[in-house]
Amino acid sequence: MSETALYRPALADNQANAEVLARPGIKVTRAGPLARFVFRGDAAAAGKAGGAFGAALPVAPLAANAVGARAALWQGPDEWLLLARPEADGEQAVDMLARQLAGEVAAALGDTPHSLVDVSERNVALLVEGAGAADLLNAHVFLDLSPEAFPVGTATRTLFTKAEITLWRLGDEAFAIEVWRSFAPYVEGLLIEG
Amino acid sequence: MLLIHCPCCGVDRPEIEFRHGGEAHIARPADPSALDDHQWADFLYMRSNPKGVTAERWRHVHGCGRFFNALRDTVSDRFLAVYRTGEPRPDLDAASTGMEGGK
Repeated sequence: MSETALYRPALADNQANAEVLARPGIKVTRAGPLARFVFRGDAAAAGKAGGAFGAALPVAPLAANAVGARAALWQGPDEWLLLARPEADGEQAVDMLARQLAGEVAAALGDTPHSLVDVSERNVALLVEGAGAADLLNAHVFLDLSPEAFPVGTATRTLFTKAEITLWRLGDEAFAIEVWRSFAPYVEGLLIEG
Repeated sequence: MLLIHCPCCGVDRPEIEFRHGGEAHIARPADPSALDDHQWADFLYMRSNPKGVTAERWRHVHGCGRFFNALRDTVSDRFLAVYRTGEPRPDLDAASTGMEGGK
């Protein structure tokens, strides 16, 4: 299972079925809603933002820092994807958490130049788990997903056939795909197809 | 598939993650209004297009999003060197003796 407390499967009453694919050795699940931000700024801004957000923004390329129900994913030298899950379930709790975090980060940054964009509604997450996870992903992701080349904790933007995704390795046999909402049916369809 | 080394991410990535950005080291004229039409057209359109080693801009658009420069041999399609934007073009002897990014 995933080694972060961030992702939870989507609730049954929220989406008709959280399960996308279940075969021996492979499971693909839709994750529940999260508060998401794209943060851009220099190292000084990132340092302040990490303190307010609750998870330090990693400066090493392709790194992800998960702390409890918060995570900061390196996307570029001045760009991070921030993920946070509220305590309570439901879209309303996500919305409240997003507003609260946006306020706290903005307050901590003050006059430091930065940009913080709420993209909670833009992305959805898919969890790909099981012994066959890397093989299934490699049908559409053109990266070396062996543990040496893509160790646990690596997060990167890449392509899933034609759709841009952020791929994050949560465990030896667990990956999260952060994908734009409108691309999700395409990605899910290709995962089901194998 | 052609692998390109991104100097920002520090990893080799497949070519489809990148986008070509034209010839590198072309400086915009400091005072465009002082140029005549021919000089302006030279800046806008005229490129060296050599057969052999050329310096190009590339963007890791489906990765870190950063522009960088690369030396590529247009005959063999081999990347001889990659270097960050703003750095001078590496000299070819250094590039051909196995700098990072040679694929």
